[in-house]
Amino acid sequence: MADALPILLWLVPLLPFAAAGILAFLPDAAGRRAAPLAIGAIAASCVCAFLVFGTTLGGGHEAVAHRAFNFPWFTFGEVPLQLGLLLDPLGAAMAAMVTFVSAWIFVYSIGYMETDRRFGRFFGFLSLFAGAMLLLVLSNSLLLLFIAWELVGLASYLLIGFYFDKPAAAAAAQKAFITTRIGDLAFLLGMLWLYSDAGTLLFYDNGAGLLESDALASLAGITTGGGLAVSAAASLLLLVGAMGKSGQVPLHVWLPDAMEGPTPVSALIHAATMVAAGVFLVARMHPLFSVGAAPDEVAPALAATAWVGAATALFAAIVAVGQNDIKRILAYSTISQLGFMMVALGTGGMGAGMFHLIAHAFFKALLFLSAGSVIHGCRGEQDIRRMGGLVKEMPWTFLTYATGMMALAGFPFVFSGFWSKEAVLHSAEQWPGGHGPFLLAVAAALLTAFYMTRQALLVFFGRARKPGVLHPHESPASMLTPMFVLAAGTILLVVVGTPAWPWLESYLAGHPASLDFGALIRPESLKLIALSLALVTTGVGLGWKVFQREDSDSTLPDPIEHRTPGLWKALGAALYFDAFNNAVVIRLCALCGALAAALERFFFLPLLALGESLGAAFARITGEADHRALNRGFNGVCDALRSGASATSRRQSGRPQTYLRAIGIGMAALVFLYLWISW
Amino acid sequence: MNLLWTILAPFAAALLVFLAPPRFAKWLALAACALAMAAAANACLVRLQDFDAALWSFDRNWIEAFGIRFHLEADGISLVLILLTGIVAVAGVLCSWNVEKRQRAFFAFYLVIIGASSGVFLSRDAFLLFAFYEMVIVPKYFLIAIWGSEDREYGAMKLTMYSIAGSALVLLGLAVAFGASGTGSFDLLDLASVQYPPALQTWLFPVMFLGFAVLAGMWPLHTWAPTGHVAAPTAASMLLAGIVMKLGAYGALRVAMPLFPEGFALWRGVIAGLALVGIVYAAFVALGRRDLKFVIGYSSVSHMGFVLLGLAMANLWGLRGAVLQMVSHGLIAGLLFAVVGRLLYDRTHNRDLDALSGFDLGRTLPGAAVVFTLACAASMGLPGFSGFAAELSVILGVWQSDPWLLAPLAAGILATGAFTLRALQRSFFLKPASDAPPPDALPPLTPAEIAGVLLLLAGTLAIGLYPGPWMALIDDGLGSPLFDALLGGPLP
Repeated sequence: MADALPILLWLVPLLPFAAAGILAFLPDAAGRRAAPLAIGAIAASCVCAFLVFGTTLGGGHEAVAHRAFNFPWFTFGEVPLQLGLLLDPLGAAMAAMVTFVSAWIFVYSIGYMETDRRFGRFFGFLSLFAGAMLLLVLSNSLLLLFIAWELVGLASYLLIGFYFDKPAAAAAAQKAFITTRIGDLAFLLGMLWLYSDAGTLLFYDNGAGLLESDALASLAGITTGGGLAVSAAASLLLLVGAMGKSGQVPLHVWLPDAMEGPTPVSALIHAATMVAAGVFLVARMHPLFSVGAAPDEVAPALAATAWVGAATALFAAIVAVGQNDIKRILAYSTISQLGFMMVALGTGGMGAGMFHLIAHAFFKALLFLSAGSVIHGCRGEQDIRRMGGLVKEMPWTFLTYATGMMALAGFPFVFSGFWSKEAVLHSAEQWPGGHGPFLLAVAAALLTAFYMTRQALLVFFGRARKPGVLHPHESPASMLTPMFVLAAGTILLVVVGTPAWPWLESYLAGHPASLDFGALIRPESLKLIALSLALVTTGVGLGWKVFQREDSDSTLPDPIEHRTPGLWKALGAALYFDAFNNAVVIRLCALCGALAAALERFFFLPLLALGESLGAAFARITGEADHRALNRGFNGVCDALRSGASATSRRQSGRPQTYLRAIGIGMAALVFLYLWISW
Repeated sequence: MNLLWTILAPFAAALLVFLAPPRFAKWLALAACALAMAAAANACLVRLQDFDAALWSFDRNWIEAFGIRFHLEADGISLVLILLTGIVAVAGVLCSWNVEKRQRAFFAFYLVIIGASSGVFLSRDAFLLFAFYEMVIVPKYFLIAIWGSEDREYGAMKLTMYSIAGSALVLLGLAVAFGASGTGSFDLLDLASVQYPPALQTWLFPVMFLGFAVLAGMWPLHTWAPTGHVAAPTAASMLLAGIVMKLGAYGALRVAMPLFPEGFALWRGVIAGLALVGIVYAAFVALGRRDLKFVIGYSSVSHMGFVLLGLAMANLWGLRGAVLQMVSHGLIAGLLFAVVGRLLYDRTHNRDLDALSGFDLGRTLPGAAVVFTLACAASMGLPGFSGFAAELSVILGVWQSDPWLLAPLAAGILATGAFTLRALQRSFFLKPASDAPPPDALPPLTPAEIAGVLLLLAGTLAIGLYPGPWMALIDDGLGSPLFDALLGGPLP
């Protein structure tokens, strides 16, 4: 087993990569065979992931907690630059979740993409996406993590832009790529900084790794501008990277547009692969983020994480209230929930953050797949104002959707979302840095219940508002099965995360969990459970009161729109982030491009032309000079010769009398000459 | 296999093509380039197995009166660059398979460029290096002026005038250095062993560096590159961007910098500044242009900025990154021009980003779409492709010397992403207007084209996935005593 372990670990990311590689070279015509190949690969990878996950159970021993498998990438001088994989509870749990959720999304895609011409290519891209994410979570080197991170970005570009002849999809893909790349550059800088000061990018390397105590202590000991330790400064840069990938304000703008991709892609992006990467990065680098602060102090990088997360959670929840597109509401809810995860990590709740990440992966994948089923059943309609009453036509979809919705809204006790959100709030409340993030998170939680109630009411309840147009129908079993599995997962996850048996938290921290039902009724737990209950009841109640309707008019304004049209407009425009970007940032870039091109065309080329004409003028001047001065003599001689010659030739008239006359004159002259000389 | 083949085979073939019927010219060229590539690859593998072995060298008297020798030597840097030359040469021949007009002359000129470039990369005698360097200029002119497309006389003439001006500066520098050294030898090691007076270095270094940097496309002397690329036939664009621009950067690294280290130290800030301006500026110009070949041409200028920036950092990571970027950009630029010039333009006779959507290339040429997407990913420096390893090394070098330069560099990297995606999307993935006539069926890709682009793609992937051996070869070259003064002592 000990020898097989590295092989198993490598197989986890390599199997999907291999599938992607094979599919890249298959022609589109062979598309149908793509699904079994891709699903086989991810399923095998899932088995491997669970096997290696199994070896991390019952750990708790520090040496076993971080098992690194390194290899040199290249050697410079005597020092090899190493990359490697890492097996520890955090990575293993993520790998298990990612493979499991991805596998079911793959299965769902068979039914959803059935009629697409580029079916095979789609599964190739999905495999690449999953493989890159698995490499990311299992990486033992910040550099390898970054490589995988960029590959995740590339795969998301290909998938978001999958319907490339749809202009919105192409634009969304570019937006996602460029926006996250801003974060990537900060990540790159942070990485360089760490490398130059710590001399390694390996996380764990028998005491010499970046996240081990020696390197951490030395990084925290070097201060840089503003009195900030290098560890804190680099952490902040990494945080910016995480904000790009995980859609934190203000780098969130790409995420709502990303749902232009096919729905299984949205599910994958929002749940298992893309956005989880940023949160995972913060979790992975948590030792670095937190180093250097005394126990009762707050590390600056963590404080920033908490505040960014809290602001994002509330902002996105507010915007979600004003959206009409079923997937766009879910997209903003993702941003908001990612904010919750950041709050947990920032306030020191590693277990809470990861629990929320995993629970969210399940119920958000479930919600997107259910939304996809609704869209599929309504022939592509995505506007919830035109739906209504679907509970009758799509009962199974309603059931799974309701599970996800209640988990997201935080319905009590049987849904994992309730306990994970409770854990996040618990962590935020205990934070010594202040109550701000906690209060913002509470407000966001209230709004979550509110807007999800709105969505559920408009989609499934009331009357059909477009009868005879939509013809809703239930989806095939290949789509429903994954939804049931994910719904079951959403509920079953409760087992590992309640305060009574906080298994996940203990597992991540590396010590055995103990079963203690007493923990449920301790005052601090009870207080928060009561708060969560109050939040969800208020939110749902308010939502019901505001949005419940029985009419069938799809053009009726929203109740909020009715009361405060200005607010509604601002919400619909997502508080004008995109408008600002389009008006200022994009225009500025276009301006720079146009300026540079104009500079090239109107400055450098004219400069060149000027040089050219100066050269030509100089040439003409020298030519003239040459002509007038130096050539004159030569030409003069020539001219003289020529005119002399023509004068001579005139004499050659061909008339004998002229010749005779000339001869006569010549003779006379000769005689005269002779006489004159001899005289 | 003897490395002399990398020079002899192309030159010999350049003569032989005139003895054979025209239709054999391309086969002869292919054989010669493949032989050169195989010799280079073999030499790389041999060197990788034993770095302690003596370097391959070839040393004969040539013009004794001036101490000029025919001295060739293959250290790691020369090896990776002649391998690059071989790969691009083979791919270029494969992408010229459809040349019909005066085939023998075309391939003769082509082969002279290949042989002379290998000669530059192997020369250890400054005069010999310069002789080979000059030999590249004339065939370049004819390739563009005879087989080029629009504005070919202008493009060819501009490129030639820039090259000749650069050469004149280099020649001046060499002559003064030869006189000042007093060694009576043109051997690079001899010339570099002399401590030239600081006052001389202060003015002679920029003269010589500028002479080389013209060919490397340094801003603001870069304008020959885009117009030259646009006018040139596909294979000539591939050679220009893939190899000829490297000759300039190589000359700067091999001759100008080791000869005048103090002059270099004085001017390196200026070089770094110009390189950075070039990176950012060219990326923005590319963002604003509609002609796809112009976009690729400016991307070359931007990427060559990374080479110059790496050189200007004067530390191990910078120099290593600069050389790796030369190889990486050679492969990627060759690939981009192959796709745009051969796969696309030869079929559509159109390079206008606003008009290409009418051909619906994503559907009519799916193979080219896949290749161009991969080439764009490589050009943006995504991991897995050579650009990542190379640019990361340069960035690491910048970090060690002048970290604040990274802020403008980041803008350049972002703009590169933006213009690359714009070009990719508009050329292949834009839906034709609904009222447009359905696109004509385009001829499918030929085996020669596919082999050519796959060769280049394999090269960039090989470096990107496992840069180890390439880095080892480059480090081997940087260990030469020639670079001691630059790096502040011998390598560990």
